[in-house]
Amino acid sequence: MGMTMTQKILAAHAGLDEVKAGQLIMADLDLVLGNDVTSPVAINEFNKAGFDSIFSQDKITMVMDHFTPNKDIKAAAQCKQCRDFVHQYGIKNYFDVGDMGIEHALLPEKGLVAPGDCVIGADSHTCTYGALGAFSTGVGSTDMCAGMAKGKDWFRVPSAIKFNITGKLPRYSAAKDVILHIIGMIGVDGALYKSMEFSGEGLKNLTMEDRLCMANMAIEAGAKNGIFAVDEVTLDYIKDKVTKPYKVYEADPDAEYDAVYDIDLSRIKPTVAFPHLPENAKTFDEIGEVKIDQVVIGSCTNGRIEDIRAAAEILKGRHIAKDVRCIVIPATQKVYLTAMKEGLLEIFINAGCAVSTPTCGPCLGGHMGILAKGERAVATTNRNFVGRMGHPESEVYLASPYVAAASAVTGKISQPSELE
Amino acid sequence: MKAYGTVHKYGDNVDTDVIIPARYLNTADMQELAKHCMEDIDIEFASRVKAGDIMVAKANFGCGSSREHAPASIKASGISCVIAKSFARIFFRNAINIGLPIIECDEAAEKIEAGDEVEIDFDTGVITDITKGESYQGQSFPEFLINIINANGLLNSLK
Repeated sequence: MGMTMTQKILAAHAGLDEVKAGQLIMADLDLVLGNDVTSPVAINEFNKAGFDSIFSQDKITMVMDHFTPNKDIKAAAQCKQCRDFVHQYGIKNYFDVGDMGIEHALLPEKGLVAPGDCVIGADSHTCTYGALGAFSTGVGSTDMCAGMAKGKDWFRVPSAIKFNITGKLPRYSAAKDVILHIIGMIGVDGALYKSMEFSGEGLKNLTMEDRLCMANMAIEAGAKNGIFAVDEVTLDYIKDKVTKPYKVYEADPDAEYDAVYDIDLSRIKPTVAFPHLPENAKTFDEIGEVKIDQVVIGSCTNGRIEDIRAAAEILKGRHIAKDVRCIVIPATQKVYLTAMKEGLLEIFINAGCAVSTPTCGPCLGGHMGILAKGERAVATTNRNFVGRMGHPESEVYLASPYVAAASAVTGKISQPSELE
Repeated sequence: MKAYGTVHKYGDNVDTDVIIPARYLNTADMQELAKHCMEDIDIEFASRVKAGDIMVAKANFGCGSSREHAPASIKASGISCVIAKSFARIFFRNAINIGLPIIECDEAAEKIEAGDEVEIDFDTGVITDITKGESYQGQSFPEFLINIINANGLLNSLK
């Protein structure tokens, strides 16, 4: 029986000719990632277990992005612990304030992930790198510790759901709308323990940034990983970034899937996920008047340059509504610099937005835009759980950069066509 | 090995942001984090929980973030086992990796109520609700995972 793309990558990294769904394997890792919240727990475990060496100085990376620039003394101590560990063991790919970005926007940009890689990260949105045709999954800090020490981790081989992509997105519909539509359709545990594999003739109409956004939210459907077939878009994206050797894997033609869904991009409409689950996806024919207090444009889901351009396109020559705060957070320094050179930051500042250095900040209710009791935000982030951006009685509505920017202008949840 | 205790009951899709809100993640001290465990959906949990108590929830328990602080703060609060219909996959592996016993059982997750006295036999997977006088069969783990659990977590099993 044939294997899925994910199964082929896992088999190769476990030194096996074949694996089956449900099988438990030990696999070699090409990259181990941690951030300033999860790495300290891994470092504590590393020291407690008595390890005194790491498996590779090149294949471990730490990114200080969650509570940085340090929001308080305790957060500063956590970053310092990471910095000290990195120096002690000579870890090369360490990214701190000034050259860091949000991890899942940064690593593809730095060429640290290649097609066919087996990657773990102590951050649930590590599934983002499936956009590049890698197997990549979020794990905990103990896994990160084991990965740093041994370069291996255990996996239960997933079965897969296939998404056959056709067509092309209409104007003002975005990759975010596609993935919110899919999560709305299958639910927050619709892909539990499984892979979400994306392929089909419509893939050529999705940019790498679109794919990164969609793979990023695979975890919000419970998936182990999201993965895209490798094509010219992928190879074009990595050609001036990835310097290590890599191998492209394809699903076997006779691979078995638990389900196959056809996704026609031309039918995707602007979509908003209502509180308090990403599966509460609604299109504008189902949305009444919802007044908002804050807009956040950024995150590992939607903080890349195409997202910033989309928001700027809406905000150009306009001003945000009275009593609304709009916070724009380019996801990496490179995105920030590009936005500056293109004059986008000026558009945001003239529109009355705050523009920040890269940080995960408000997405997880860390800092840089916390909500008070009863407040509502439209955010291009990935989660709208109870208390995610602040007070347990605040609300987060997930949307694309187009919808978020249009909502900032009107002060209520709006789509760009309402501004025309 | 057995667990015995009083049940704290929750519903579907309990996410890691409510198990331990990110605003407290500027520390990795699990005893400190246990003081805030579950506070966004059950503000009295931390003061009510006793050593050995059992948590029971429905589908997709522990969805969301990869933060190991979630199972670790549950463990540090004294919970001896979490029973659910299903676990989100990162929570599932984190629990195994840190040695927090978990067990999947549809019937137990549906029928057991808050305050019930429950006993779990990990060798057989049998869950007994002593208050109701009923037993349910939980799913047992494959040998590969039992070896990790018996070694008291992933790091010990790799040594």
